[in-house]
Amino acid sequence: MTIIFQPAPDLTPPASKVGIFYWARTKLFNNLINSLFTLCGIAILITLTPPLLNWFLFDAVFIGTAETCREGQGACWSFVHAKIKLFLIGPYPMELVWRPITAAALLFGLFFATARHYLSSRKAVIGWMLLPLPIYWLIGGGFGLEVVDTSDWGGLLLTLVLAVAGILASVPIGIVLALGRTAKNTFIKVISVSIIELVRGVPLVTILFMATIMLPLFLPDGVEIGILYRVQFGIILFSSAYIAEVVRGGLQSIDSGQSEAAKALGLNQWMITALIVLPQALKIVIPPLIGRCIALLKDTSLVVVVGLLDFLGIAKAASQDAEWLGFDAEAFVFCAFIYWLLCFSLSRYGRSLEARGQNSH
Amino acid sequence: MMMSTQGTHFKRNIDEDAMAETEWVISLTEVNKWYGDFHVLKNINLNVSKGERIVVCGPSGSGKSTLIRCVNQLEQHQSGSIVVNGQPLNGNTKALEIVRKDVGMCFQDFNLFPHMTILENLIFAPIWARHMPRDEAISLAKRFLDRVNIAEQSGKYPGQLSGGQQQRAAIARSLCMSPTVMLFDEPTSALDPEMIKEVLDVMTELANDGMTMICVTHEMGFAKSVADRVIFMDGGEIVEQNTPDAFFDNPQVDRTQLFLSQILSH
Repeated sequence: MTIIFQPAPDLTPPASKVGIFYWARTKLFNNLINSLFTLCGIAILITLTPPLLNWFLFDAVFIGTAETCREGQGACWSFVHAKIKLFLIGPYPMELVWRPITAAALLFGLFFATARHYLSSRKAVIGWMLLPLPIYWLIGGGFGLEVVDTSDWGGLLLTLVLAVAGILASVPIGIVLALGRTAKNTFIKVISVSIIELVRGVPLVTILFMATIMLPLFLPDGVEIGILYRVQFGIILFSSAYIAEVVRGGLQSIDSGQSEAAKALGLNQWMITALIVLPQALKIVIPPLIGRCIALLKDTSLVVVVGLLDFLGIAKAASQDAEWLGFDAEAFVFCAFIYWLLCFSLSRYGRSLEARGQNSH
Repeated sequence: MMMSTQGTHFKRNIDEDAMAETEWVISLTEVNKWYGDFHVLKNINLNVSKGERIVVCGPSGSGKSTLIRCVNQLEQHQSGSIVVNGQPLNGNTKALEIVRKDVGMCFQDFNLFPHMTILENLIFAPIWARHMPRDEAISLAKRFLDRVNIAEQSGKYPGQLSGGQQQRAAIARSLCMSPTVMLFDEPTSALDPEMIKEVLDVMTELANDGMTMICVTHEMGFAKSVADRVIFMDGGEIVEQNTPDAFFDNPQVDRTQLFLSQILSH
């Protein structure tokens, strides 16, 4: 006689194993040591939160002059308010402020559309490749717009120009260097390895100095490149070398079976690299790649050593103002907050990219 | 009966001399290959005629995978000649690309492209290597997916499929290039026992349709029912080759007898 197999029905977990108390018991107080850690954490939060909140919010001065600020105990946000134009665009002419605002709208609009995956990958890539054109036109002028010299670019505007152009250029250059490093051709390999190792062996500050001081020496007479472009060149060079190493890690982690299968199908080396290996490698290196982009964004603050006033540099300069002396902390907290906002957005974007790629792995 | 392994090239039941040399789909003559100092293929001579189904077996490290990987030059041989569909493979990239489009290959680990759906996997090579219009490639791919019975999986990613489904998709991917020869490199070795049959069924169907096939496999049942010729390799040499009946019932060389007794005893 045959016994008929009846699969057992799926049951829900018992009620004592779900809910907030179960969560607290297993995640916060699951043993003695963890309970102590949790209690210490709560104690620290209780001690730190009130004074911080008082300084940031309850005792802070939002509207007023330097005098009202000096009387108060909290933060002087009216200082940030008074200097906001300087923070955001530096010495950029106020009557042309609509131009950087439009450029910022384009930048953040495209970022939003990309981060929310409103655009197909192809459209997003094309959009980001073309983005520098309208941005440089709007900010720098020319072709019918009044020219604003790059020495008048400053503040957050300068930081974003350096960072966005830096990321947009150094990611593709880094990929090319990484492919060069893994190439069979010895000549290409040696050149790529030399660039990567040379640049990685030197601090960014040194590269910035070299770009500002030494680069003009190599240029023919009469040719002059603005300091902004020289610094931008240095940042791109530096970042490319690091991104190259990140991408190389990804390339090496792709199983050789992938390119073998593609070869066996009759695809040539270019197609295999561009369409099979690279997309998979880039997907793997999203977290470190986003990490490099965040690092680049923050590294732009080093341009202050060659005399450019970026966001952080201008904040420092603004707090030297005789009228508002003594409010450095507010300037730096404001800077930190904006940097954090930008970096955190990049980080979230990276996470959403990872999540999207999950089902195909 | 015991014999020395010296005279390794046993005459096949089919009279090879009766066939003109141009009829060989694949022809290997005195092929040698080394990995560093390791002599992995020793003086291999092998001719495959159109529509012939060959099973290659042997212990691991015997060079059987290397042998079929030389046919589409995933491994390069260092001496001897390999001619596929009349194209000599001697390092010429153009000839190699022509050969690879005509020779399909399935791997032990499937090697589907994980970042593409099954359908995208199938249409990829026809579009990029054969410049086929996308619509045409899709209808071709759907036909082959139907043939290997996974039409309903076409929108999924490889990671969402079972091993057997992945291997069938990989076979369909190769077939989309309309190959004249199919190479199988242990296609069922990485599969759960329940899934081996579905892949072997697809391969059997392919064989019945007249595809020229070289299969490296340990599936002796498949060899018995499908193969025209079974080749036994050891130490980089072809030790013995014969029709399946003769090979299994009356192996001539002691090494073959030992191998068969080991794999058939369990």
